Amino acid sequence: MAGLKENLIIEFQDLEEIIYLLQNVSEYDLSGYSKSSLKRRVERFLQVQNMDIVDLKNTIINVKDFQHYFIQELVVNVTEMFRDPHFYVSLKKNVIPYLKTYPQIRLWSAGSSTGEEAYSTAIVLNESEILERSFIYGTDISPRALDIARKGVYPLSKIKSYTENYLQTQPTSDFSSHYTAMYDAAIINKEYRNKVLFSTHNLVTDNAFNEFQLIMCRNVMIYFDKELQRRVLNLFYDSLSLFGFLCLGSKESLYAHDIKNNFKVIDKQYNIYQKIK
Amino acid sequence: MQLASNIILIGGSAGSYTLIAELLEQLPSYFDTAICIVLHRNRQYDTQIEKSLSRKLKKNIVSAFDKLDICKNHVYFAPAGYHLLIEPDFTFSIDSSEHINYSRPSIDVLFETAAQIYKEKCTAFLLSGANTDGAKGLRIIEEFGGRIIIQDPEVAPIRTMPLAGKRETLNPEIWTDSKIVSYFNTLN
Ligand SMILES: C[S@@+](CC[C@H](N)C(=O)[O-])C[C@H]1O[C@@H](n2cnc3c(N)ncnc32)[C@H](O)[C@@H]1O
Repeated sequence: MAGLKENLIIEFQDLEEIIYLLQNVSEYDLSGYSKSSLKRRVERFLQVQNMDIVDLKNTIINVKDFQHYFIQELVVNVTEMFRDPHFYVSLKKNVIPYLKTYPQIRLWSAGSSTGEEAYSTAIVLNESEILERSFIYGTDISPRALDIARKGVYPLSKIKSYTENYLQTQPTSDFSSHYTAMYDAAIINKEYRNKVLFSTHNLVTDNAFNEFQLIMCRNVMIYFDKELQRRVLNLFYDSLSLFGFLCLGSKESLYAHDIKNNFKVIDKQYNIYQKIK
Repeated sequence: MQLASNIILIGGSAGSYTLIAELLEQLPSYFDTAICIVLHRNRQYDTQIEKSLSRKLKKNIVSAFDKLDICKNHVYFAPAGYHLLIEPDFTFSIDSSEHINYSRPSIDVLFETAAQIYKEKCTAFLLSGANTDGAKGLRIIEEFGGRIIIQDPEVAPIRTMPLAGKRETLNPEIWTDSKIVSYFNTLN
């Protein structure tokens, strides 16, 4: 690996300076992100770019618009369709019957990355025959991820594992009926793409923008410290209608947060909650 | 529950489970450190290992989760499907970034972040396995002043991982299974 510094490690102090510089030149505030996790992302960035920490500081200060590129490299966009398939089983069993009682259903996939979660949810809504009256908002900090999400085009190479996930959700149709294969890619059906609107929204700095019957924010808050998690949970609380649902990732819970008192646990294992006051 | 000031890390893959179960069984009823384990496993099994061990051994054996305090007298397993990291405030964080050495959780990720927080109060064991995860992590622990121990490749069921650990580090201690087990048996 000529030229690549192996195992580059920076000091926590350097990380603080990077965070501070970014705050000065942009709207981005990374001060509430989990430090060790963020530090590894910065180290990886330096390694791939073959930069050192001084180069990085200079670039943040001097190169116009660098911060947008940088932030998109720092966040973790890893996602898949029907991630944690049993979550979707629980959704169908415990949440959908309740959603069915609403004439109009608004859902928010916060930190939607490249859109797989929003489309998976749309497919479940369709199987439950409520897609017609539903609308999903997908938001993320990364415009690049949102561009991919809007297109709804995924490499065919990933479809195999997505299909395996889907088969575990007790589906009522074939996975292949939800997309069209073209060359080496699969495009999600238009009936789903029409039901999702993707836009940028920064959970650290932006506010509530609508009222929802269901909010899912999965594998996003693990990158935040407790204090920032508290802010984001309050934002979700304010954005949920009474008796609306909050869905977190499979290793995230409200357990450490006072706001849990305003929610009822619907599924302890898959971290589904309902706002009750 | 008190935060641990010392941490013991164990990284293992194929062929390491029996030894891990054995050394946990030998633990005294109280120990002053936190023990943290990355065991490569199929995502399907999820939390069954820690559940059955904790029931059987009646000890605090849990699956680590996001922002959990790292406490004395506790054994933590990295949750399947996530990397496990240690934060400067002595809590865990988890992340679902790319696999490292085809693994998530990756032993390297835990070792590397623990090294920088616990420094010389970090002791790490690298056990049997068919890949090279953990070797770089061991080197970083060594650089930060921690203690590193490798299961003797001659006795490890699969020696690729211990051998990689030996290659990558300067002064690892090479221990037999019985020495490893007795270390855990006499922890205090
Ligand atoms: C690991 S992905 C989760 C994708 C999907 N929810 C899932 O569970 O598979 C995390 C996403 O959170 C986004 N993110 C990180 N910080 C954010 C912020 N401050 N505001 C909004 N989104 C953010 C990242 O861009 C990334 O797409």
